[in-house]
Formats: sequence, structure tokens, C-alpha cells
Amino acid sequence: MYPDNLLYTREHEWVEVSDNGTMAQVGITDYAQQQLGDVVFVELPEVGQKFAAGAQFGSIESVKAVSDLYCPLAGKVVQVNADLIDRPESVNQLAHETWIIELELEGKPGSRVGVERLLNAREYGELVESQ
Amino acid sequence: MNDTSATLRKTSLYSRHVAMGARMVSFGGWEMPVQYSSITEEHLAVRRAAGLFDVSHMGEIEIAGDDALAAVQRISTNDASSLEIGHAQYSVLSTKAGTFVDDLLVYRLADSHYLLVVNASCIESDFAWIQQNIQGIGDAMAVNTSSRYALIAVQGPRALAILQTLTEVELDRIGYYRFTTGEVASIRATISRTGYTGEDGFEVFVPSQGADRLWDALLSAGDGEGLRPAGLGARDTLRLEAAMRLSGQDVDDTTTVLEAGLGWTIGWDKPAFIGREALVRQRETGVTSKLVGFEMVGRGIARHGYRVLRDGEAVGRVTSGTRTPFLERAVGLAYVPREMAEPGTGLEIEIRDRPVEAKVVLLPFYKRDKG
Repeated sequence: MYPDNLLYTREHEWVEVSDNGTMAQVGITDYAQQQLGDVVFVELPEVGQKFAAGAQFGSIESVKAVSDLYCPLAGKVVQVNADLIDRPESVNQLAHETWIIELELEGKPGSRVGVERLLNAREYGELVESQ
Repeated sequence: MNDTSATLRKTSLYSRHVAMGARMVSFGGWEMPVQYSSITEEHLAVRRAAGLFDVSHMGEIEIAGDDALAAVQRISTNDASSLEIGHAQYSVLSTKAGTFVDDLLVYRLADSHYLLVVNASCIESDFAWIQQNIQGIGDAMAVNTSSRYALIAVQGPRALAILQTLTEVELDRIGYYRFTTGEVASIRATISRTGYTGEDGFEVFVPSQGADRLWDALLSAGDGEGLRPAGLGARDTLRLEAAMRLSGQDVDDTTTVLEAGLGWTIGWDKPAFIGREALVRQRETGVTSKLVGFEMVGRGIARHGYRVLRDGEAVGRVTSGTRTPFLERAVGLAYVPREMAEPGTGLEIEIRDRPVEAKVVLLPFYKRDKG
């Protein structure tokens, strides 16, 4: 259910850290999209904006609800997924493949600061089970 | 949420909803299905084919007796004197200040017998308020009969054809806001051509114990017609597209019937009713704030409680807002100063601390093609 190549937060975001540890893509989990229902709007940050780990970087809205998006790792936004402006429903269709922002991670290249606080697929699966 | 579920009320169809995989939520003291599959899909099914709604949480209060009409006339704003047996009207329970206790439908069942259909979260308070306010009117008695009825709505362009397969009653002879009695799926029913979606359709009252059978029969009858069960989520987006007010949210005890744009529900020429003096006064002076429809121009979705800004100052508030599935536009209802109520007027809505451009538009957002 939850891919092993991704890391997860308790706020139901996923992160894919690049092999060299310098970049990361961020999205929301399948559990999060199910809870939200039909996603109709994603508020994206500006490219170049910097966020601390845990800071709000945007929001995602379904027909019924608004949910904040939190940055799993500290870094600078180098790319936003502009396809989501016209096709926000992609998040519902393929949550784990639909990235929202790409970050250049803070800290020395490869230092993976903050990664230890993220959950692996098994831990995240257990968190979802317990909800 | 588990600790409160014990105190939530359930309709007769609760087990059907759970079995169909609906997501259940608390609404006005009831545990109700918010969606079965997707709000968007359910909404579109109602616009294009048909949707099936359990609205048994709505309340039924009956008023009977020789002076029943006088009682109804006193407690509701619309003029019920011209209401014939088999006719229904939209009306308002108004406070002395002309604000909302609740909104409702008034059905005339017989000469001296009226049925009031009120909102789920207000059943007990409406009933107490009605009892108190019909005292001294003579022969008029109010009874809360909510638990006796289940109410199932079939809404959408295919609603008539689907319901017709289950009844001998000639449905196309029931006019809009008219009702009749007859058997549906061999269950004694009151069939009303009303709804809360902006589509043609029916609301069917049956004894609570018949609810499961009627629900199942309608689902089978709608198989192949595109009928889908629809939850409160779609009910809310559908009614908002049609600009129907939601009691407790768009209209409440802080907003008057005139401010809500529902002056047409006021029987100005009938004898005294509660709120009449305040409303007459407000009609003379004019309202200072008015409920309008708006559409977002900038990127963003307005939601209930967001502020309407002018030159950075809050001048109004959003009461309902969403991105509607059929029109695919971000729209909403808001109270704004009278001088900003003209269609075309620019507004700003504060969305997470940022002003986003919007404009006033004519209501309703969606009107069905009656062709």
C-alpha cells in the first residue's frame, strides 16, 4: 500500500529523497487524499521560497474541506507541480506519484538533516491503521 | 469521535448507509452519510441522471384543530390562507426581530391539518417555540411526529421515470410544490414534488418501518438509469449551486428575512405574524446588509466564515462557499453592505490572510433547463 521508497510524516505527507540526499519531492499520502475526498484546489508556494521543517508551505482543498500542507524537511522550493493548477484531481488518482513541490534540502549535501524524524512505510502504515 | 457517536441519532436507513460503505459524519445531532463514493460524482449524477438521498433527519411537526390555520399564520411568515390541500409552500419561522428561528416547508394535509417540515438540528427547539407561540390561539395543537416518518428524496432529470416504476400515482400530474398520497413500492406514502437540489424530483414520506424497503426498491428501479445514492456533501453543493439557503449557516437569528433576500416568503397582507412589525419597519428603511452570490475572480475558494473586505476593512462575511462540481466555479453566498450588492460589483474575500478578488453575481448560480 505505502511504497517503501518513500518516507512519511504524521501529517500524511510523503517525501522522496534523492539518492544523493540533496533533493526531495513532497506529496500527500493515499490515506490523506481519501480523507479529503475530491481535491479541487492546491495552493502552491513560489519557487525560491524557503521553509523550515514543519512549516506550512501551502494548502489543499477538497469540495468539502481545507487542509494545510507542511514541509517535511527544511529546504528551498526549486519546482512546483503546475499541472495541479488545472488538474488537482491527480492527487486523488495517484497520490503517491503526484508530487506537489520539489525541495533543495538544507544543510550540507547528503547530510539528510531531519530524515531520522520521518516514518518508513511500515511505521506509517501502522499510524494509519491506528487512526 | 467515537465517544460522541453514542449520543448521535440514526435514521431508519443507518445500516443501509454503513453497508454501502458511506462515510458517516455528525450533522445536526445525527449520524448521516456525507458521501458514498465521491461528492463530485454524486453531484453530477443528480444533475445528469438521478440521486437518492436519505433526508429522514428532517423534522415533521403537525398542527391540527379548527384554528390550525390561525396558528400557522401566526408562526410563519408566508401567507398560508391561500394554501390548498395538496399544496406546499416555503416559509420562515421568524423571531420578533424578523430574524430566523428556522426555515421550513408548510404542507396543507387536510382542511385543518398542516405538516411543517423543519431542519434536523432544530426539531426540538422549533417544536418548543411553536408550542409556546400558538398558546391562546384556540383549537390548535402541535405534535412532533418526526420519529414516525422516514423521508427519502429522489432528485434529478430521471427521478420521475424511476419513481414512476414503483407507483400507480401519475407523477407528472403532481405540480411543483404539490403533493399527493398513494402507494410507492406497496408502502403508503406522501409524494411531494419538492427538493433541495435545483433539479426536478420528489420527496417521499413513508412510515419509518418502510424506509429500508423503499430505499432498496428505488435503488433497483434506478439501476440502469444512472441513479446513485448521494450524501450530505452533494446535497450541500447542489443546494448552493441552486442558491438555496442553509438554515443555521446562511440564515440564522442574526439575519432577517429581508437581508437574506427572502422577502417573497413574507405575507405582507396577512394578519399579524411574529416578526411582522420589525420586517415592515425594515422594508421602509431598507436593509443595510444583503445576502448576495459571488464568484471568485482570483485563484482560491471562499469558505464559510471568511471575511469580505473593502479597502482592507472587513465589511461582510461569507456564509457558504465551495468549488461547485457542475459549474466548476468557486462560488459562495455572503452578506455585504447594500451598496455592494449589485451584480458586477468587485469584492475581496480574505483567504488565509490574503485578499482575493471576487465579484457579485446574480443568483441562482445554476438554473435547470426546463426544456
